[in-house]
This record gives sequence, C-alpha cells and structure tokens, in this order.
Amino acid sequence: MSMKRGTWLIAVVVLVAAIWPAATFSSYHLFQLTMVAVYAIAILGLSLLTGFNGQISLGHGAFYAIGAYTTAILMTTWDVPYWATLPASAAVCGVVGFLVGLPALRLGGLYLALTTFALAVAIPQLLKYKAVDAWTGGVQGLVIDKPDAPFGLPLSSDQYLYLFTFAVMAVMYVIAWNLVRGRIGRAMKAIRDHALAAEAMGINTALIKTGTFAVSALFTGLAGSLGAIAVQFVAPDSFSVFVSIFFFVGLVVGGVSSIGGTLIGAAFIEFVPNLADAVSKAAPGAVYGVILIATMFLMPAGAGGLLASLWRRLTARHPAAPDGTAAQGGPAAEGTATIEADA
Amino acid sequence: MFAGVIHQVMSGIATGGIYASVALALVMIYQATHHVNFAQGEMATFSTYITLMMINAGLPYWVAFFLAIIVSFVIGVAIERILMRPLANAPVLSSVGVFVGLLLVINSLSGWLFDYTIKQFPTPFPDRPMLGGYLSGHELGSTAVTLIVLACVYAFFRHTRLGLAMRAAAYNPASSRLVGVRVGWMLALGWGLAAAIGAVAGCMVAPIVFLDPNMMSGILLYAFAGALLGGIDNPLGAVLGGFMVGIIENLGGAYLVGTELKLTLALVIIVAVLTVKPTGLMGRRVFSRV
Repeated sequence: MSMKRGTWLIAVVVLVAAIWPAATFSSYHLFQLTMVAVYAIAILGLSLLTGFNGQISLGHGAFYAIGAYTTAILMTTWDVPYWATLPASAAVCGVVGFLVGLPALRLGGLYLALTTFALAVAIPQLLKYKAVDAWTGGVQGLVIDKPDAPFGLPLSSDQYLYLFTFAVMAVMYVIAWNLVRGRIGRAMKAIRDHALAAEAMGINTALIKTGTFAVSALFTGLAGSLGAIAVQFVAPDSFSVFVSIFFFVGLVVGGVSSIGGTLIGAAFIEFVPNLADAVSKAAPGAVYGVILIATMFLMPAGAGGLLASLWRRLTARHPAAPDGTAAQGGPAAEGTATIEADA
Repeated sequence: MFAGVIHQVMSGIATGGIYASVALALVMIYQATHHVNFAQGEMATFSTYITLMMINAGLPYWVAFFLAIIVSFVIGVAIERILMRPLANAPVLSSVGVFVGLLLVINSLSGWLFDYTIKQFPTPFPDRPMLGGYLSGHELGSTAVTLIVLACVYAFFRHTRLGLAMRAAAYNPASSRLVGVRVGWMLALGWGLAAAIGAVAGCMVAPIVFLDPNMMSGILLYAFAGALLGGIDNPLGAVLGGFMVGIIENLGGAYLVGTELKLTLALVIIVAVLTVKPTGLMGRRVFSRV
C-alpha cells in the first residue's frame, strides 16, 4: 500500500469515527466514547514516558488530577471559558511534569515507579488540604457547567463535547506520532534501550528525559481537563491511586510502546468495568488485575504490539525474520504505523 | 509541651514498629529478587481479614492470629512459586506490571469476600493508658509484638542453618547453588516470611485505623519511606528507618504540617532520600561496571 493511500484511509476512518457516533449514538454512549477519547490522551502521555522513554510511572493520575483541577478552578473561580482552560492546564501540567522529572533523573526504573506510586497515593490528601480549599472546594469538590455548542450549531451538548474531545484527541495523536518518529523520538527510544550508549552518541539524556516527562504530563493533564469538562465534576476522592493504576493497566494492555494501542487500552479501561460491574462491585478490579498479569505473561507487547506484528506478517512480501521484539516484551514501535487504521 | 513531645515520640515508636515490620517484609523480597512488592500492603490486609473471619467463627484471638500467619505464609510461598518464578529475569516493567495486577486482584478479592464496609478489629490488649498515660494498652502491646517479631526474624537469620542458607541464596545465588542450597525454595520461603510478617503488621494496625480493603495503602507508603531511609538492601536499616518514619510522621503531623498532609510527608521523605542519599542511611553502595 502506498503511503498516500494509507493516509487517505486513516483520514476516512477518523472522520467516520467522529461523525457516525455523534449522529447516531445515545447521549450516554456518546459520553462513554468521550471518556474513551479522554483516557486515550492520558494513556498516550503515559506511553510517551513509559513506552518510548522507559521511565515507569505509576502516578500519572496525579497529572490527570492537576489538569482537571486547573480547568475546574479556572472555570468556577475566574469564569474562564472551557476551551481557554486547556492551554492553561497544559502549561501547568507541563511545568509540574518537568519539576517531577528532575528528581526522576536520578531514579532508575523501580525507584521511579515507587516514587510516582507515592505521589499517586498522596494526591487526594493534597487536594483536600485546608489552605487551598477556597479554590479546590475541599472534600466536596467543584461542579462545572457543561459547554453548549458554539455558533448556534444544531448539536446537543453531548454531541458537541464528543466532537470537541475527539478533535483534541486527533491533534494530540498527530503530535505524539510526529514526536516519536522524529529526531527527538529516536533519542527517547535510544535512552530507553541503552542510556549509556545514547549519551555516548551525544544525546543530552537529562534534557530529553525531563522534556519527555513534561510532555507526558502535559498530555495527561490535558486529558484531565477534558475529563473534568465531560464529567462536570471534580473531587479529591475521584483521583485516588486507582486512577493511576488504571492508566497503567490501559497502557500495558494496549501495548506500552504502541501509539495506536493506547486507543485499545483506553477502550479497555472504559468498557471493561461497565461489563464487569454487572457481576459485582469487586469484579472490575479483579478483571483488570487478572488481565494485566495475563498480558505480562502472554503478550508483553500488548494488544497493539500483537496486532502490529500480525499486520507485518500479513503484508510481508517474503517471510519476515522472526519477530523478536514482541516475544521479549520490548518495544514494537516500528509497527505502530500500521495499526493506527485499526482504531 | 515537653510531655506532648514525649507522647508523640512514644506513639511514633508504636506506629513506627508497624512500618518497620512492613519495611522489613519489603526488604526481604527486595534483597532476594530486586523486586519491590507493590502488593505487600494488600496481602497484609487480606491476612487481617482472614484473622477477623476466624475470630468471628469463634476462635480465640491468639489462635486465629497464629493460624492467619500460617495461612499467609502459605499464600506467600504460592504466589512466589506460581507468579514470580517465571519472571526472574524479566524486565522491570513486567515485574511492576505483575505486582500491580496482584495488588488489584487481592484488593478486589478482599472487597468481594469480606465486603467494602469499614470494620472494627479487636485488640487482645487491655484498653487503658499505660506507661504513665503515654501509650494506650494496644500501642504498648503492638510495639511489644513487633519487637518480638523483629527479634525472631533476626535470630532466625543469624542463628539457624536455614536462615544462613537464605542469606547465602540472596547474596550469591550461583555459589549457593554449587554448595547445595536450593535457591528457588529459599526465595519462596522469603516470600512466605514476608507475607507472614505482613499479617502480623496488619493485625496490629487494624484496631487503630479500622479494617477496609484499602487499609494498608498509606501504611505501605510509610514502609517504603522507611525502607528507603534505612537502605532498601539492609534489613536492620529498614527496621530503624521504619521507626524513624513513625516518629517523624507523628511529630510532623502534630507540630509541622497537621494530620491532613501526613501522607505527603512520606512522599517528601521518599523523594528526599532518593535524591540526596539514594543508598539510605545504612545501605550498600552498588557499583556497576560498564
């Protein structure tokens, strides 16, 4: 398939994915799809950091919370329009991510996971802190209004919100896509695969790593803003450590270094709890846990990695060399180009 | 003021003992496998539920307590044999993934089997102030229990053949195997011991914080902080670190940041230790040759 036809196909799929649900789905299902788009952006951010740069974070719920609160505070305290809060929250989260990234430079894999895990456990307490509850609303949280469609467009607010979130998501995917495939992306991957060799080749490891942390936090924070607008509510207890853990689950299930896989991961964390909830309150966690462990054992490259290697096998002119990356749980980044269309 | 400080330090030691036990459990697994068990807290909570179930079934407290320790030991060994063994040489991300999965599974299992309502947990110790009113009966009793556990663990590793074999297996698996130590089983045993210690910590902390499926998440954080403060590869350091974190937490909570930000204090300790002195107070510096 030529590049041009591939691009065409993606454009058509994206348009259909935007318009078909908006036109035909009930508002509840549209809300669910909006949340899938939100989680996709969040997991995409995590993927940039963990999948492409090798820094494991179990605390991205913290950035999600910061993004959500930035939007909620701007909208309730200063009456800022919802769309204008997005750049602000992206900036805030980018800066916070950069600051968190600084100590992270000194922490290898496991310790970073541990520290970010600690951050995720501590964040609800920080949000409840009395000194800031004039802005954050304390334990009660903040209620925000749902935006209506602008310019008199004949859309319900759910339809509009879905299209808006979808558009932001599309932009973020294009950005992530180009970032990963460019010079910086190669540097990120080089650091993940062999930090010392990367440094010897003249890559500024510290700059790339903190930069990746900032970008990753920016993505996830932006998702937090969109999530807050969609849910119309933020409260400390909705940002427990489990938010971070669910992002991690989505990342691993979709495939840690698969751009397209993040969509699968996002759909997974949105829809699986709904299905499992029918069984019992405890079921979603158990299902997540079992699938997470099973993924680690059976397909360490995640659903995205699996699809990518299947696609490569299908399209290969002559029998491909044995695919080592999928078996080792390592990156399957090269194959991600092809699975974008599956989503 | 002074009496207040003493009071805070004493109850800091009491809670610190619990952090010290969990930290010790973490260090045990870390030493042998270089994994940090994110599910340690949930495992301890589950053990505590087992104890409560047996007490409600009519067993006397101490019988239930020791039975639960044995059950936890078996569960720990089983987890190592089934889940952790195949991951011995896997990348960090895989082990973190499995631990997080384990955390989710055990957490939902607790909620599913024993429901999510907050439960009271009985204490075997008299309910009156002791040591001139500085400590409650339970605090004094739980400190004593923790110290006994720590002494037993120390004696076990120092003075028994099995303890020596376990230390050898953690220190140098290849050589241990050559002299006939069954390294795989030593690791499983380490997991079992860690789970058993966690069970004790859970039963001791449950009367204070009450029992629910997320009981240990905060305590795990303090234990992490304690283990890192003391040096994550040094059991004695981890125990001291646990006690120190308990005291810091109580003093900080009382005079510095207030009780609402206690967890953040643990986060600050973790970040401070890792950035300023990553080996902890008593840890060994590891050099790698490139």
